[in-house]
Amino acid sequence: MERDTAAAEEPAVPGRRLRRREGRTRTVRSNLQPPPGAEDPAAKGARHLADNRLKTTKYTALSFLPKNLFEQFHRLANVYFVFIALLNFVPAVNAFQPGLALAPVLFILAVTAFKDLWEDYSRHRSDHEINHLGCLVFSREEKRYVTRFWKEIRVGDFVRLRCNEIIPADILLLSSSDPDGLCHIETANLDGETNLKRRQVVRGFSELVSEFNPLTFTSVIECERPNNDLTRFRGCIKHEDGEKVGLHKENMLLRGCTVRNTEAVVGIVIYAGHETKALLNNSGPRYKRSRLERQMNCDVLWCVLLLVCMSLFSAVGHGLWVQRYQEKKALFDVPEPDGSSLSPVTAAVYSFLTMIIVLQVLIPISLYVSIEIVKMCQVYFINQDAELCDEETGSRLQCRALNITEDLGQIQYVFSDKTGTLTENKMVFRKCTVSGIEYEHDANAQRLARYQEGDSEEEDTVPRGGSLPQRGSTGSHQSARGLHRAPGTTSHRRSGSRAEARRASMLSKHTAFSSPMEKDITPDPKLLEKVNECDRCLAMARCQEHPLAHLSPELADVFDFFIALTICNTVVVTSPNQPRQKVRVRFELKSPVKTIEDFLRRFSPSRLTSGCSSLGNLATTKATHKSGSSSLSALSSECSLLRVEDQLGGPAPVITSNGYSSGAAGWAPDPKPELRYEAESPDEAALVYAARAYNCALAGRLPDQVAVELPHLGRLTFELLHTLGFDSIRKRMSVVIRHPLTDEINVYTKGADSVVMDLLLPCASDDARGRHQKKIRSKTQHYLDMYAVQGLRTLCIAKRVLSQEEYACWLQRHLEAESSVDNREELLFQSAIRLETNLHLLGATGIEDRLQDGVPETIAKLRQAGLQIWVLTGDKQETAINIAYACKLLDHDEEIITLNAESQEACAALLDQCLHYVQSRGPHSVPEKTTGYISVGFSPLCPPSEPATSGPCLSLVIDGRSLAYALEKNLEDKFLFLAKQCRSVLCCRSTPLQKSVVVKLVRSKLKAMTLAIGDGANDVSMIQVADVGVGISGQEGMQAVMASDFALPRFRYLEKLLIVHGHWCYSRLANMVLYFFYKNTMFVGLLFWFQFYCGFSASAMIDQWYLIFFNLLFSSLPQLVTGVLDKDVPADVLLTKPQLYRSGQNMEEYRPRTFWVNMADAAFQSLVCFFIPYLAYYNSDTDLFTWGTPITTIALLTFLLHLGIETKTWTWLNWMACGFSVLLFFSVAFIYNASCATCYPPSNPYWTMHTLMGDPVFYLTCLLAPVAALLPRLLFRALQGSLFPTPLQRGRQLAKRSPKKLSAPKETQGPHVGEARTDPSEPRSVSASRPHSQDYTSQASWRRQQPACSREASGEPSVVDVSVPLREAPGSSAAPERYPGDSRTKPSRPAPLASIFSLPGFGSLRWVSSLSLVSGLGSVLHFSRSSLQVDKQDGEFLPRRPRPDRDLCGLTAASKQKQATDYF
Amino acid sequence: MTWSATTPGAHQPDNTAFTQQRLPAWQPLLSAGITLPLFFCVGLAFIGLGLGLFYSSNGIKELDYDYTGDAGTGNCSLCALADQDRAPPRNCSCAWYFSLPELFQGPVYLYYELTNFYQNNRRYGVSRDDSQLSGLPSSLRHPVNECAPYQYSAAGRPIAPCGAIANSLFNDSFTLWHQRPAGGPYVEVPLDRTGIAWWTDYHVKFHNPPLVNGSLALAFRGTAQPPNWPQPVYKLSSDPNNTGFINQDFVVWMRTAALPTFRKLYARIRQGNYSTGLPRGAYRVNITYNYPVRAFGGHKRIIFTSISWMGGKNPFLGIAYLVVGSLCILTGFVMLVVYIRYQDQNDEDEDEE
Repeated sequence: MERDTAAAEEPAVPGRRLRRREGRTRTVRSNLQPPPGAEDPAAKGARHLADNRLKTTKYTALSFLPKNLFEQFHRLANVYFVFIALLNFVPAVNAFQPGLALAPVLFILAVTAFKDLWEDYSRHRSDHEINHLGCLVFSREEKRYVTRFWKEIRVGDFVRLRCNEIIPADILLLSSSDPDGLCHIETANLDGETNLKRRQVVRGFSELVSEFNPLTFTSVIECERPNNDLTRFRGCIKHEDGEKVGLHKENMLLRGCTVRNTEAVVGIVIYAGHETKALLNNSGPRYKRSRLERQMNCDVLWCVLLLVCMSLFSAVGHGLWVQRYQEKKALFDVPEPDGSSLSPVTAAVYSFLTMIIVLQVLIPISLYVSIEIVKMCQVYFINQDAELCDEETGSRLQCRALNITEDLGQIQYVFSDKTGTLTENKMVFRKCTVSGIEYEHDANAQRLARYQEGDSEEEDTVPRGGSLPQRGSTGSHQSARGLHRAPGTTSHRRSGSRAEARRASMLSKHTAFSSPMEKDITPDPKLLEKVNECDRCLAMARCQEHPLAHLSPELADVFDFFIALTICNTVVVTSPNQPRQKVRVRFELKSPVKTIEDFLRRFSPSRLTSGCSSLGNLATTKATHKSGSSSLSALSSECSLLRVEDQLGGPAPVITSNGYSSGAAGWAPDPKPELRYEAESPDEAALVYAARAYNCALAGRLPDQVAVELPHLGRLTFELLHTLGFDSIRKRMSVVIRHPLTDEINVYTKGADSVVMDLLLPCASDDARGRHQKKIRSKTQHYLDMYAVQGLRTLCIAKRVLSQEEYACWLQRHLEAESSVDNREELLFQSAIRLETNLHLLGATGIEDRLQDGVPETIAKLRQAGLQIWVLTGDKQETAINIAYACKLLDHDEEIITLNAESQEACAALLDQCLHYVQSRGPHSVPEKTTGYISVGFSPLCPPSEPATSGPCLSLVIDGRSLAYALEKNLEDKFLFLAKQCRSVLCCRSTPLQKSVVVKLVRSKLKAMTLAIGDGANDVSMIQVADVGVGISGQEGMQAVMASDFALPRFRYLEKLLIVHGHWCYSRLANMVLYFFYKNTMFVGLLFWFQFYCGFSASAMIDQWYLIFFNLLFSSLPQLVTGVLDKDVPADVLLTKPQLYRSGQNMEEYRPRTFWVNMADAAFQSLVCFFIPYLAYYNSDTDLFTWGTPITTIALLTFLLHLGIETKTWTWLNWMACGFSVLLFFSVAFIYNASCATCYPPSNPYWTMHTLMGDPVFYLTCLLAPVAALLPRLLFRALQGSLFPTPLQRGRQLAKRSPKKLSAPKETQGPHVGEARTDPSEPRSVSASRPHSQDYTSQASWRRQQPACSREASGEPSVVDVSVPLREAPGSSAAPERYPGDSRTKPSRPAPLASIFSLPGFGSLRWVSSLSLVSGLGSVLHFSRSSLQVDKQDGEFLPRRPRPDRDLCGLTAASKQKQATDYF
Repeated sequence: MTWSATTPGAHQPDNTAFTQQRLPAWQPLLSAGITLPLFFCVGLAFIGLGLGLFYSSNGIKELDYDYTGDAGTGNCSLCALADQDRAPPRNCSCAWYFSLPELFQGPVYLYYELTNFYQNNRRYGVSRDDSQLSGLPSSLRHPVNECAPYQYSAAGRPIAPCGAIANSLFNDSFTLWHQRPAGGPYVEVPLDRTGIAWWTDYHVKFHNPPLVNGSLALAFRGTAQPPNWPQPVYKLSSDPNNTGFINQDFVVWMRTAALPTFRKLYARIRQGNYSTGLPRGAYRVNITYNYPVRAFGGHKRIIFTSISWMGGKNPFLGIAYLVVGSLCILTGFVMLVVYIRYQDQNDEDEDEE
């Protein structure tokens, strides 16, 4: 049972009130124990705790009606309609029968309520199902585990879970059948990650020899309040003896996860039901309001205004009318019921209110419901689109936000993450450099190329599934699916590594991130040779005192490098074919040092003082301690034995060899096919596989030890003292291990080069060794930069050897940090920083993250569609630029502005300089055009229609630090203005927060529609901030997807989602909303014109039934069908002509002007539809409603014909709906008019319709009026179609005229594919019979060209280093570098790229040196350091160099002035 | 499970034309070429229809006389003068003389027309009780509130028929006299006063309350006549089938007009010698002038008209059809020009694509 701390203090106060006051911790006790205070019974304490019953329903049978109504009345429109309906109950002003007036609003409320009820019921059903799942709970009465329902589990219960069971609540792991106290869980339900996570029994419980007995559990658990942070759990467990043990998230089994690979576990429930982290995280779908809807709401307000105006006009008119005829005692004037005459003012007030009732149709009551229906259908269609379904993984697009589909059609800015979004996030080890020597891995590169080639072949030749017996059924199933598809629609677009992806998906049940491409790495022969040499040497020298000393420093580095690759990670080894227990070899040191006592116990105080010089002494002590403490079990590792012997001088070689042979027997035969590595991030897996390729295989990992398998040395077991996990601020991870060969305490650090290079041990420059180190570092830096240029992800590997004192000292503070409950993260972070200093650089790796299929094409398409694409990445600048080139985000004929500033002032100066340059370079970009008018500013600067005139496009590259400066309040306008001028923007090294700030900035300042797409947790904030957030359900878990509005399997699906579905959704909804306004205005117009002929008395010639049900019944279906199904342009045209997307961006379908034109047309049509019957029945003996019915009919026909003009595609559903509407109207009219002779006052329409049907004038007016009313619109549309067709109409004409032409270019999506195909050097012949393979071919060829291109870039002297002296820049046109042709033809090309990279301190010195890394094709805008004549070091440059300073000031002032008028 | 909604959809979407939005569809493109024949066809059809309508409307003869009695417009002005003080003299009579040079082709209908009379104003229009008029005894005794202030008389008796519409019943009457030989005596032309109301109104909607002892007067006992009425409802006519609520004039009046200027059928001339129409000769209409309209600027007219298949004389429809038809033809020509001028250009565009 559990109590909160505050509750314990005041037990008398009821629980409900207590909850508000409870402290920040929760206390959990075993339910099996009697509560500590007898006056505080368990039932009472547990009362205010959530039990494990899942209740996601909103309503109960009783509360449904009031609660639902209350919720519905939050919508203002509903209140308004109810108000109108209630107004009808006032006799003086009522217009309709009161009951009848309630009908539509009741109908709307009922439909919504029914929908809510149905949703709630399905929730209830699923809740019920989940609540009645069974699980084993320890029963106090029966003293054993009994099966209980999930809902009966309470906090403090002991739960026993077996393998593959779903965890019912958040449970603290107390016991596991696993001998190491481990439990593996799969968290796919929670975050979508399929790799197994390891959880650990609470320290202290894992040592129990016998089975855990819940009855003996007397400890008290203190932990934090329930929260939704999945990645955190803090608390401690207090044993009866007062001992406190910290609890971490590794001890928690979260609800919803599945127990895997573990026979049984027992735990105590900490959080149950709705307090579990899984449910706290489950916030349900998001509700956003789309831009269109905001605009629509504004127009609804206009309608309200119009309504009020009409009513006022009527009221005044009626007042005058009453005054005029009352005096004259007209026969038709009706006095007040009491006989007194009605004052004109009262009459006017009555008339006003009645008019509001009569004209209420103007505010479309069904609009909201219709929009919701249409959106639901749109979401359905998007979900159903087979082309947005990833065949390989079987996942498909999900719409998580239900009501912003039309926003997809209006996106102006796309903010994309790089890793995992543009790229596969499937890391392939490509290159490495160890101690300054680079290993090219040519064979590996060839192998990768083969993989890419192989994809297309495999597609047709290898029978799928047959090659993979373990998941054959899935494979054949998928192939069957593939065959079902129409070949024209899907498969030809699926280029790239389809087979590989499929394979990966098949394996994904067991391993994450390991396609064969990542696993099979061809080692570099030179390096392999060195590794083997190390191995041999060490094997020979292992018995000596310092085995590593026998190696040359280089070889030692090589050895350490691979050891680091192998163990500096969190990769879990599993062997699916073998039970875990048999593989594992136990080791007597149970856990890493967790307490200082433990440490002191292990390392005697004398050792601490004597230091590491007495290594042998230490070993001796330790060995005796070991042998004295516990007998070495039979299972205890040969390695530990070996190590003891090593230290002791090894008198027992027999044992040693035994140990080795046994190890070899266990491991050597062929461990590779049996072991699988499960990594949390793909680059970890890539590195481990790489190390395995060098025969340095990770053989097993336990919480306290890592086993590494080497061919000669055999199995080395490293005692794992600490793992300092990766975080995005440190950008590195470290492990602290005890090296088995040297018994030294080593820290291996792996991290981003930018941080690791700064943490290196400063090397003395006076001795040879130091100089050598320095050289190695600069070489490594050089290779790192080169890797980055090639688009590889770089990681630095470093090492630190800790002395015992250092370690002890650090450990003490680390343990303090670990055991603190508050502020633990912060302390741990600082502790990690203390450890990771003075590192020794071992080497660096380059991992390739391959671009996803179709990314360049998609980007090209999106750009053609007028979307500005910004890439926000945490990667380093060079990598990002290179990837940007690879995915065609940057073009080689583009100018790149690079902003790297180290201070606020420098950033401001650079920005000004760039702005000047931008403004001077082309008249078209002079901001006059954008002056003060934001919507003009939206139009992208480099539309494809005028690229020739505008010169090369600009691109902006900015790094994280400069971005931070640029996002300051005083610079953000300039930055945005500059960014707006650029075709693409690349933000490197940006933090998650910066990403979201950038998005927010663009969204709020430019008033632009933004879309953020990302796949990782670091993109979540960006996704949440953007108007539309898209998550890629990729490799990095589901956080991004959880936060997103739409989840895509691949980046390339964004193309169809935006360009096709977004456009459709927008155009459909916009047209429907416009039609709604038109319809209602037109209908109301009829009534309003009539007021002129009935003394403004709010009389209606249209029968109240028609008036009320017209919107709801007669005219609703056709527009719904059109709103759901209409396709203004077919999908293939939209895809081939992405420019059509601009209509949505520019809000062409629905903008204020269209709204008012639409309203004017409605007014005209209502005039025609009113006056034609008016004149036709003028001077006749027709009565009011016999005259009103033809008008209603005319209105209906006009609406349908109008819809017909606006409908672009007529399916049978449209025809049906229109026919149905007409039929429904007439049959309702017939039945209604025949139903009752004396009912429905005042219209009393008995037999009206029947009479009319016999009247030819009825038919004649019904024929004439709609035609006359729609003539102008038809004329306009026809003329527009012929004379000045909109792009959309052109697209439609194109589709209509040449349907075959369009299907032809479908084969060659994107420009470069076509290019590649025409390439004569293309090795693969283009087979006409297999259109699919062509794309793969071109894809592959392109991929192969890419590295060549970058090599050329690095090899050739290609960078144009143009200096723009600052004082020349202002105002001048900066001519020389404007045209790429100029720069290319320049004979002298200074500063080859390589030389720039080898500049000392390149990485740290680029505060103002904005240089672009471009291949020879590109032109470079290079504000070089020399031009500004300032450097980072002399930060006081401003006072020292007055002239640039003045220039800067002038610049700033000038641009500030401009900014006031120009920027926004 | 609640979180299972977020797991990727395991099953593939249905590959049907509907879900993939590939339903076969007709995609009309509005352009000059397409609409050209449409405009011409519609235009021609409308012009044809319009001509027909125009001629058939022109074939209808209409003869009307404004007998409101504005000063100097005839002998009804005396009655009209009396009307000024809102106390219409009982049975003030006047007459309208006209002569027909030729046969007025029948069947001839006699209408009266009121202008500026807002029968369609809201409070007037609702002031009636349909169930009372359908003869329901309980409604007869308890008229609905909408009838107020003509619901109960000052004495508290229910008014039958209640409401403002009934109260303002048109009560002029006309007789038509024909001077067959010139200078001869005027012979009364028989006016058929039956069948002027809708058949359903007369037979279904309007019923007298059940007779008490065979007497309609007894059935209406306890009710009051509307204030403006000179006599109770059961004395509207001597014909038992045309008195009470089913008096045809009353039924016609109760069907409120749509517009402030309206006609109501008074009689049909179809009996005896006049079944084919009014023969040539001099005529006199004797008007019993009761109904006061001058106070509110209204006018009263009396109209003889023949009727064609499309009803009374109304040239509007024909003209409207002609106008719209010509507009269509005109637009058609515009389209033709556009089509010819821009066809080539579009073809070029197509070639460019």
